[in-house]
Amino acid sequence: MKYIDEFRDNKIAKNLAHAVSKKAEGLRPLSIMEVCGTHTMSICNFGIKDMLPANINLISGPGCPVCVTPKSYIDKAMAFSKKPEVILTTFGDMARVPGSDSSLMEEKAKGRHVRIVYSALDAIELAQKNPGKKVIFLGIGFETTSPTVAASLVYARKKKLKNFFVFSGHKVILPAMEALVKDGDVKIDGFLCPAHVSTIIGIKPYTLIAGKYKIPCVIAGFEPVDILQGIWMVLEQIRSKRPKVENQYTRVAKDSGNKKALALINEVFSVKDSEWRGIGTIRESGLFLNRKYSGFDAERVFSIKPVKTRPDTGCICGSILKGLKAPFDCPSFAKTCTPEKPKGACMVSSEGTCAAYYKHRI
Amino acid sequence: MKILKIEGDRAIVSAGRVERRIGINFLNNPRIGDYVMVHAGFAIEKLDPKRAEETLRILEEIQ
Repeated sequence: MKYIDEFRDNKIAKNLAHAVSKKAEGLRPLSIMEVCGTHTMSICNFGIKDMLPANINLISGPGCPVCVTPKSYIDKAMAFSKKPEVILTTFGDMARVPGSDSSLMEEKAKGRHVRIVYSALDAIELAQKNPGKKVIFLGIGFETTSPTVAASLVYARKKKLKNFFVFSGHKVILPAMEALVKDGDVKIDGFLCPAHVSTIIGIKPYTLIAGKYKIPCVIAGFEPVDILQGIWMVLEQIRSKRPKVENQYTRVAKDSGNKKALALINEVFSVKDSEWRGIGTIRESGLFLNRKYSGFDAERVFSIKPVKTRPDTGCICGSILKGLKAPFDCPSFAKTCTPEKPKGACMVSSEGTCAAYYKHRI
Repeated sequence: MKILKIEGDRAIVSAGRVERRIGINFLNNPRIGDYVMVHAGFAIEKLDPKRAEETLRILEEIQ
């Protein structure tokens, strides 16, 4: 068992694609949303759309963490980076997202202390090696990433680190899925639920979507065979008119989720309303450092002048994140907006819908 | 990635020739030789070979 080769097997994929076509026969046109940006990348990379029948449409959802982070967050991060005592640490994609005036990468070029890290643990190490500096980590991501940052904060508290801080922009995926369904602007007939967020949160949160809104939810892995099987399972639910939550990705995601990771999230964060790019403020959709960890909260510790965020112009990233529009609907796509010179976040992150469509020329 | 060495709540993992030191705080009973899914420097879960085989068996039945 290699865990990857088997789930990229051409013969199995072709057989599944055929089974999906058979299952879709006679059904009305259906839209299935892949919530996660990694699914979007895989769908583009493996040409999944070309394997599907004409009545099955895949739409990309709001599951790219960098993309849904509002511009105001980037502007605040920029303000933190201008403090001479600060080393700002961030995941790579985040550094290239344009804020109102520039990006963190451009600030780095001007000599500001901006460092790209692979993990929050790298930021902790940097803080330990630079006791005279204050290290701020940009906490971005859904429930797959927030426990890793939580674990780092628990470690920092245990070690009594005085120069490590987190600026939390962490988000919870379910409120965004519900907001899209309630909004009703985009008709969603089924959800492919994110593989690794679900590994942490388990199947339970999605029962709201399947139960209250009667929309099939299938947790699917990121390999092409996983995605095709996930689509087949959604169609099977639509045919049987029994919407429920199913787990295709049982080799990694347990139905109960990862209790240790969930406990870490609860230990460090509290849930509050949060702003999403293109969607607006969603109730109880953000994770912020709780009182116990307030000494590590960059927003509380560092005072910055109020930042005026300029709205996006000539970028339809917001509509793309809601599944309302596709990248080629945007007049800037592949013309004035490219991965080398992105206008919006969806073109920056490799998980962004525009970047994935651009790379594979869909 | 495969666990090569365990040091408290950290582990050395490898994929091919790439080796990394990661956090294993979220795992229950991690063992050397376990395959783990890694995200942002942490193992988020162990891979379950029995479940993987079960999925492949189900795939054979889908026509």
